[in-house]
Amino acid sequence: MTEAREERRFAEVPRESIKLMAESAGVELGDDVAAMLAEDVCYRLREATQNSSQFMRHAKRRKLTVEDFNRALRWSNTETICGYGAQDALPFRPLKEGELFFVEDREVNLVELALATNIPKGCAETMVRVHVSYLDGKGNLEPQGTVPSAVQSLSDDLLKYYQQITRAILGEDPHLMKVALLDLQSNSKIAALLPYFVYVISGVKSVSHDLDQLNRLLHMVKSLVQNPYLYLGSYVRSLVSSVMYCILEPLAASINPLNDHWTLRDYAALLLSHIFWTHGDLVSGLYHQILLSLQKVLSDPVRPLCSHYGAVVGLHALGWKAVERVLYPHLPAYWANLQAVLDDYSVSNAQVKADGHKVYGAILVAVERLLKMKDVSLTGAAEGSAAALQNSAGGVIGFRESSPGLSPPPEPLSEPPLGIASHLQAGGAGCQWEEWTPVSLPAMYCELYSFFGDSLAVRFSTGPALGGAPSAAPIQSSDSRKEPGNGTANLESTRKMPQLTANMNISPRQDGSPRTEPAPPSLAATASGRREQARPSSRSASQSRDIFPKTRFTPPQAGPPAFSFLIGGRQMGRRCQGRRFQTSFTPTPLLTSLPPRAYAHKLPVIGRVSKPVRRWTCSHYSLYLPL
Amino acid sequence: MAAVQDGGSELEGEKEPKPELMNDGSTAPAAAPSSRPEDQQTLLAVLQFLKRNKLIESVDALRREAGLADEPEEAPGSEAAGGAGGAAAGSGELGDAGALLSRVSGGSQSAAAPAPAKGGDDQPDVSVVLSAYSQQGDPSLYQVYYSGLKKFIESVLDCHRAELSQLFYPLFVHMYLELVYNNHESEAKSFFEKFNGDQECYYQDDLRVLSGLTKKEHMKGNETLLDFRTSRFVLRISRDSYQLLKRHLQERQNNQIWNIIQEHLYIDIFDGMPRSKSQIDSMSGSLAGEAKREDNKTKVYYGLLKEPEIEVPLDDEDEEAENEEGKPKKKKPKKDSMGSKSKKQDPNAPQQNRIPLPELKDSDKLDKIMYMKEATKRIRLGPESLPSICFYTFLNAYQGLTAVDFTDDSSLLAGGFADSTVRVWSVTPKKLRKVKSAADLGMIDKESDDVLERIMDEKTASECKILYGHSGPVYGVSFSPDRNYLLSSSEDGTIRLWSLQTFTCLVAYKGHNYPVWDTQFSPYGYYFVSGGHDRVARLWATDHYQPLRMFAGHLADITCTRFHPNSNYVATGSADRTIRLWDVLNGHCVRVLTGHKGPIHSLAFSPNGKYLASGSTDGRVLLWDIGHGLMIGELKGHTDTIYALRFSRDGEILASGSMDNTVRLWDAIRAFDDVETDDFTAATGHVHLPDNSQELLLGTYLSKSTPVIHLHFTRRNLLLSAGAYNSQ
Repeated sequence: MTEAREERRFAEVPRESIKLMAESAGVELGDDVAAMLAEDVCYRLREATQNSSQFMRHAKRRKLTVEDFNRALRWSNTETICGYGAQDALPFRPLKEGELFFVEDREVNLVELALATNIPKGCAETMVRVHVSYLDGKGNLEPQGTVPSAVQSLSDDLLKYYQQITRAILGEDPHLMKVALLDLQSNSKIAALLPYFVYVISGVKSVSHDLDQLNRLLHMVKSLVQNPYLYLGSYVRSLVSSVMYCILEPLAASINPLNDHWTLRDYAALLLSHIFWTHGDLVSGLYHQILLSLQKVLSDPVRPLCSHYGAVVGLHALGWKAVERVLYPHLPAYWANLQAVLDDYSVSNAQVKADGHKVYGAILVAVERLLKMKDVSLTGAAEGSAAALQNSAGGVIGFRESSPGLSPPPEPLSEPPLGIASHLQAGGAGCQWEEWTPVSLPAMYCELYSFFGDSLAVRFSTGPALGGAPSAAPIQSSDSRKEPGNGTANLESTRKMPQLTANMNISPRQDGSPRTEPAPPSLAATASGRREQARPSSRSASQSRDIFPKTRFTPPQAGPPAFSFLIGGRQMGRRCQGRRFQTSFTPTPLLTSLPPRAYAHKLPVIGRVSKPVRRWTCSHYSLYLPL
Repeated sequence: MAAVQDGGSELEGEKEPKPELMNDGSTAPAAAPSSRPEDQQTLLAVLQFLKRNKLIESVDALRREAGLADEPEEAPGSEAAGGAGGAAAGSGELGDAGALLSRVSGGSQSAAAPAPAKGGDDQPDVSVVLSAYSQQGDPSLYQVYYSGLKKFIESVLDCHRAELSQLFYPLFVHMYLELVYNNHESEAKSFFEKFNGDQECYYQDDLRVLSGLTKKEHMKGNETLLDFRTSRFVLRISRDSYQLLKRHLQERQNNQIWNIIQEHLYIDIFDGMPRSKSQIDSMSGSLAGEAKREDNKTKVYYGLLKEPEIEVPLDDEDEEAENEEGKPKKKKPKKDSMGSKSKKQDPNAPQQNRIPLPELKDSDKLDKIMYMKEATKRIRLGPESLPSICFYTFLNAYQGLTAVDFTDDSSLLAGGFADSTVRVWSVTPKKLRKVKSAADLGMIDKESDDVLERIMDEKTASECKILYGHSGPVYGVSFSPDRNYLLSSSEDGTIRLWSLQTFTCLVAYKGHNYPVWDTQFSPYGYYFVSGGHDRVARLWATDHYQPLRMFAGHLADITCTRFHPNSNYVATGSADRTIRLWDVLNGHCVRVLTGHKGPIHSLAFSPNGKYLASGSTDGRVLLWDIGHGLMIGELKGHTDTIYALRFSRDGEILASGSMDNTVRLWDAIRAFDDVETDDFTAATGHVHLPDNSQELLLGTYLSKSTPVIHLHFTRRNLLLSAGAYNSQ
């Protein structure tokens, strides 16, 4: 017997244990009996274990379970052991005093269990999922198993693709970049790479000194956003934050005034609007967050002007409602700061002042659009007949005017932000809209006019000017309608106006020499519009009768920009085209300092229209270019 | 026919060697005695057993039934007892009869089962079985005997040594059991310790069971032991080697070993060259040694049945638009794929009506047409064009996925689970719908064209249906070819037939009283086969609640069952490490295939019916030529149990799926071509396997922590595999 124990072929139950168990049952066992029993117990246990293994094998498992063992017991007519069916491992513990090992059996508080409120949900339903694991016997297209894992292993092909694409986009060759961006925009198989690309893009923060790289990364964002096969999901947040970085941050690149970070900001803003336009469902939650951060930047006087500029174009990009909500209420406070900058004629302030003009221009564009769109929405909603009348009255300008007049959202090319804003509002994202009391259009116009004076009015009525002399009659009619509404309020603003115009007149001369072409054209833009009358939309709100002649005469004093007035004035039915036109024409007088190409590059900024818009409105542009 | 067919042959197996060894020189496979005396002998044995147990009434009844007179019965009985080996042999014979009876009547193995109803209590039953060991020898000499033999075998010429080494294992086991039976526990232990290490590694599992057994009382309930006793261990030895052994034992007067050889071993003697070690190793490994050669002599009609002529309707060409002249092309492949072979009757095919097959219904014909159309679009596979693999992963199968089946057209998927449920999924966008209730059905216009559509209840449409009914894990599921029924076999001992129209249980077939490990529908429907823990495979027809045939002969659980493509044969794989092929017509065992070293868990017939592939727990796939009953290939590569095997539709590729989370593809064509089955090999059954697994392996495909438990080739040769994701 002792030999047997020494051999230890198998785990054995010592006879002491048998004795103990017998004692606990109230039976006294002799040594020999205990030994016999111990041996038999061992044998039976082994037999049952061996039998139970077949249940494991047929259940196609590797792990022997209590259930298997119980089945073996049941089929050999033995009582089964209950209470150990749980799938979790049972902790097997030693007891310090004495060599005792036991399975931990914690007490369960039934009351607590019964009254528990956190009732566990039923476990997920059994289901079947299919994967094409191996195509033609090779390649693992998708990892089989559908276990969502953070780290997706990439196939070699994808990895190579990723490397090529990033290299091409961030590399020197513009042609390669174009090809890569195009592919990124249309490739349907790069879903797995999305996180990697997003990661690359989030690198904007580390290349803020390199405008070129920033630009490329933004282009990458655009391609990804436009790829119809990609579901951006939560990555869209990361993309938006990268874009916001480009819009708002005082980039290292902007220290050097020669760097045209303005274009970058404009482009980024457009991208933002594009993201909101196309992926509204994904980013609707971000809308207010972004509005808040824009507002924060705008209300922070310590921030550099370029950040403010970014905030303004960002708001502009988010739609006229965003402008109305954030920019408009902040304008009075901000205006003082801006005014101070613009009024400082010291040489040391020249650069800042130029920047200030940029901001000024941006604000102007934003509020003009605000006014216009507000008017359109009002007229669109309230009196469709008036719009029709106006269209017919507009004569030559009719078809231009008609499009915003019909319904704003369906015109994504030129008015994406509006569409988005309305979409957001409809989507319930605009929780703040309720608490905010809208300002009536006339009141708004009054206030804005108090800031911008004539430059604002001019922007409004680009259309009618197109007609020039021939279309005088309709203009008059619309103007006359406008006037009564705003007569008294404008007295103040007219007082302010000269200041502004004076600034404008002077600034080009001051800044013109070093490099600040941006400033004069922006002036030119504002000025060019100035002579045009208030656009019909504002007619209910404004008078411009007395301002109109004034403004008309101011620009000629400015000298060179006069060219653009003429052309622009005749040309534009709509802001965009107007600016477009200017950008191509204003350079001529100032050609001296910069090569035309760089010029063309910058001009959109000056005109406050960035490249992408041009691309999107390409058809319009080409249509009107011959003029 | 519903009776057990194997009883006779088994008994015959046990009685045969005695005369053969007595008259020394005579050829080994003595012609089987005519069946008449054989039957009589069986009857007599049964009668004697009944008498011993004082079952007088049964004796009378049996006698009356058999029409035997009182007198003649007495004489042969005593003759048998006195004849061959004295008392020991006599009781041995009785023991055999008793064991047989218990197996036949109860369909059970004694001790693990509740006491057999007919055989009285199982005490005498087992004791007669074991009493064969009662012969006394000096226990201390056993080691001497064994080491003497060992020394002798080690000293013989190399060519004989390998063959004679086969003796070690059975002798070792029987000597050990004798020692245990005669209560020489310590001697038994030291004997085991001393010679345990000499045994072949593939017997380790059995040895482990054996080593735990140290007391006479333990022997009563041990199934492994009963297997050893009720069947003789079969060895194939060349005549030269045998003579050598015999001379040695006679010289030494080594009666102990000689007795064991006589009583417990069956030595199949052949003329010619002794076999090499590798040849022996490839064939051995089963619980009861190799298959006897005459076991595999019966002719097997492995050819395919002639396909019924079905006119492919020529009007619907819309699908065939790809190939310009739809009609001729459509016709041709049909002829190529099956028509040409079936035009003239395949010489190896069974008679068309050898077993009655169900008539084709209209829907079956439609399905056949669909099949042919699909077949024309089938991808030709080969080493250069491997199939694409789709993996169906069962997620959240915490209750344990135990069985999977696809319909032939790959439209439905069924899973059997350890929580007793069967779940059916639709793999296509078409949802599963139940038939409307009887009341609603009454309101349907039966004349309408779309009546089949109308009877379905749209409200019940869902992707998955759960079938409740079993009370134990479901170990086998099988769809009927017409997709109207589903079979499931369970631990609760029943096989259930489910309707896929109403998703309810139609029949519970009770017959196996133990877990049913596997079941499968015949390729023509109607029949199905099942096998389980009771070691008996049963053939059923769906409209009979009792089995039509019982296939008894395996020495351990039947783990898997498969129908031959012509529906005339059934293959069963078992935990006794053999595969048997049974004739559905008469219930005979027509092939016994040995060579696996572990329980067999998967079987697959090649589409042409000529070959069989089998996979076992040892991770090897073996290929068999059914016609010759020969092993023709060994595919090594898997590292764990192979649960799934499947040939591609044209038989070019063999896919195997395993617990090791891989699917492997093998070049089946080459595996079969490389084999040269010359007449000599066919006659002697001495296979020499080329070791070319690596060249035949076309690919290894990993899943992600998902054991592969089912494989299926779609009609276009896309490989579908299934398994449950295992998060641990």
